[in-house]
Amino acid sequence: MNNNIIEINGLRKDYHIGEVTVHALRGVDLKIKEGEFVAIMGASGSGKSTMLNILGCLDTPTAGDYLLDGINVNTMNKDALAKFRNKKLGFVFQSYNLLARTTALENVELPLFYNSKVRSKERKESAIMALEAVGLSDRMHHMPNQLSGGQQQRVAIARSLVNNPVLILADEPTGNLDTRTSFEIMELFQNLNDKGRTIVYVTHEPDIAKFGTRNVLFRDGKIQRESLVTDRLNAREILETLPVENIEEFDK
Amino acid sequence: MNYSNLFRIAIRALIRNKMRAFLTMLGIIIGVASVIAMLAIGEGSKQKIRGEISSMGTNMVMVMPNMQRRGGVSLGASNSMALKYTDVIALRNEATSLAEVSPEVRANGQVIYGNQNTQTTMYGVSEEYLSIKKLEILSGRFFNSNEIKSMSKACILGQTVVENLFGAGADPVGLTIRVKKLPFLIIGVLKDKGESGMGQDQDDLILAPYTTVQRRLAAIDYINGIYASAISEEKSPEAIKETEEVLRRTHKLKESAENDFRVMSQSELLKTVSSITDILTYLLGAIAGISLLVGGIGIMNIMLVSVTERTREIGLRMSVGGRGKDIMKQFLAESIILSILGGLLGVLFGYLLARLAGSLMSSHAIVKTQAVVLAFIVCFIIGVFFGWYPARKAANLNPIDALRYE
Ligand SMILES: Nc1ncnc2c1ncn2[C@@H]1O[C@H](COP(=O)(O)OP(=O)(O)O)[C@@H](O)[C@H]1O
Ligand SMILES: [Mg+2]
Repeated sequence: MNNNIIEINGLRKDYHIGEVTVHALRGVDLKIKEGEFVAIMGASGSGKSTMLNILGCLDTPTAGDYLLDGINVNTMNKDALAKFRNKKLGFVFQSYNLLARTTALENVELPLFYNSKVRSKERKESAIMALEAVGLSDRMHHMPNQLSGGQQQRVAIARSLVNNPVLILADEPTGNLDTRTSFEIMELFQNLNDKGRTIVYVTHEPDIAKFGTRNVLFRDGKIQRESLVTDRLNAREILETLPVENIEEFDK
Repeated sequence: MNYSNLFRIAIRALIRNKMRAFLTMLGIIIGVASVIAMLAIGEGSKQKIRGEISSMGTNMVMVMPNMQRRGGVSLGASNSMALKYTDVIALRNEATSLAEVSPEVRANGQVIYGNQNTQTTMYGVSEEYLSIKKLEILSGRFFNSNEIKSMSKACILGQTVVENLFGAGADPVGLTIRVKKLPFLIIGVLKDKGESGMGQDQDDLILAPYTTVQRRLAAIDYINGIYASAISEEKSPEAIKETEEVLRRTHKLKESAENDFRVMSQSELLKTVSSITDILTYLLGAIAGISLLVGGIGIMNIMLVSVTERTREIGLRMSVGGRGKDIMKQFLAESIILSILGGLLGVLFGYLLARLAGSLMSSHAIVKTQAVVLAFIVCFIIGVFFGWYPARKAANLNPIDALRYE
C-alpha cells in the first residue's frame, strides 16, 4: 500500500523546561491514508497539538520516523521544511491567525506570496477560487475585524486550500465557535473531504469528532485507541434540522 | 517573494503604525537635516572666505617685519624697522618669480575737509600697488613716478573715506583735504571693495606716494611692509622662497640667524583658512552625525519592538511557507524604507534649514550634491545595519514558538 499520506513510527517528543523533562509524545505509530478525515481526540495535555504540529512540520520530533507523502521529513533543514509546508500543507488554527487590517483576499493569497513560481494574476485567481469554495466570494475585500468568527475561520480554511495541499491540518478549528457555526465549519470540511482532500483535525468534543471518518484517541502522549467512525454525522443534514433559535437545546 | 511585493508589504506594515513610523523616522530626519545643514553652512562660509581672500589681491606675497614677542613684550624696536625701500628694489631686480613689488608705509590720523573729519589710515605705496591689491580707480587717476619722486601731496580716496567726508556717491576729485595739517589734493577715487574675510573694511583708506607718507607724515626711514605679486599661483611657493633668499642677503643675515621678517602668500593663507574651515565643517558634520547614529538606534529599537509584537504574524508567515530569509528581508525592507524616507525628508528639511541659517548669517549655505548622496548612502547603511539584528532575530524564530507566542 503506497497511498499513505502519513506514516509515523515510534515518534517521541520531549520538552525540557529547566530540570524537568515533559514527555509530550511517548512513542506514537500512525498511518493516515489519502482521502481520510481523521479526528485526533483526547484530554487536554494528552499531546494532540504536539502531534499535529509535528505532522505539519512546524515542530521536529525528538525521536522516531515521519514520512509525509513518501518523503522523510526528519532529514530536511529549516528552509526545505518551509518550502515543503508551502507546497504540501494547509493549516487551520483555533484562533484563525489572520493578518489584521489585511483583506480576506490578501490573507488567502499569503501562502502563494512565498511561492516564486506563482505569478500575481494566478495568485489572485487561486485566492478568489478558494474564497468561493468556502462561500465567501462576497466578503473578499473585508478586513478580519469586519467578519464574524465563523467567517474568519472560513477565510483561514480558504487560505489552507489555496496552495492545493496534500494535507490539511486543523487544531481545534471549532474551539472558538458556537455550535451552529461549528457545524457549518465541519460541513465545509466534509465537503472538501468528499472531493478527496485529506484532513486531520484535533478536537476534544466527541460530537465534532463524529464528522470524521476515523478517530484517534490520545492519552498521556500515546495512542490509546483508534477506531473507524460507524455512526458518522452529516453536517448538512444536522444543520437543516437545526432551528436557528434552538442552538442551546443541542448544546444541552 | 519578489521585491515589489516585499516593499508593498513593508510599506503596508509601516502605514499600519503611521505615528510610530513617523516618530522613528524623526530621529533620522533630524540627524540627516543637521548633517546637511552643517555641511552646507561650513561649505558656504568656506567659499565666502575663499572668495574674499582671492579678492584681496593677485597671487599676493606679503612681507612683514618679524616682531618677535616673548610673553607679550616686543623684543626691541629694531625688528619693526627691518624693512627698507632698498629691499623693494632688491626684490624687483633679483626675484624672478615676482611680477610686481610695492612698499607700504602706514600712517594713522585724522582727515579733515571743511567741517567734516574722519579717522583713517593713509597708505604710502608705489604704482604697482593697484594691480597687486586688485584695486580699481573709479574716477580720476593714480599717481605716477614723478609724483613719487617729488613727494607730491596727491592722494586717492577709498569709498568709506569719500562717504565720511563728502557723503555717499560724491566725486571729490580736485578737492583738497587736510591730513595732519598738510593739504592733499584728491586726484582719484577707488572703486568700492567691501569687507575682507576678516571683517575689515577695505574701503577705509587713503593711498598716497610712499615717499610722501614716509617722509612728510610718518617721518621714518623704514617701511612697514612689502606687497608683491607672484607671476602665477603655482609660482607662489617659489616666490616665497626667493623673497626670503633675497631679503636674507640684503639684510646680511648670518646662516644661523632667524629671519627678521615674515613672508606670507595669499595662496598659503587660502590653504590655512581652508583647512581651518574644513576642520570646522567636519567637526560640525561629526556632531550632527551623532544624532544620525541616535536616529539609527531608534530604528533598531522600534524594529525590535515590532518583531516582538508581530511574533505570531511571523509564525503564521513561516507556517505557510515563509523561510527565515523571507522574514528577514521583510523586516530589513521596513527598516530601509524608514531610514531612506527619513533621509529624504531630512535632506529636504536640512536644505531649508541651511537656507534659513544662510540668510541669518548673511553668508550662503551651499548644499553639495556629494553631501546629499552621502546622506542617502549613510541612511541605507543605517537601515541595513540597524535593521539587521531585529530582522535576524525574527528570521531565527522557530515557527511553532512564534505561533504560540503570547
Ligand atoms: N512548548 C512547550 N514547552 C513545554 N511543554 C510543552 C510545550 N508544548 C506542550 N507542552 C507539554 O506537552 C504536553 C502536551 O501538550 P499539547 O500537545 O499542547 O496537549 P493538547 O493539545 O492535547 O492539550 C503538555 O503536558 C504540555 O504541557
Ligand atoms: Mg491543544
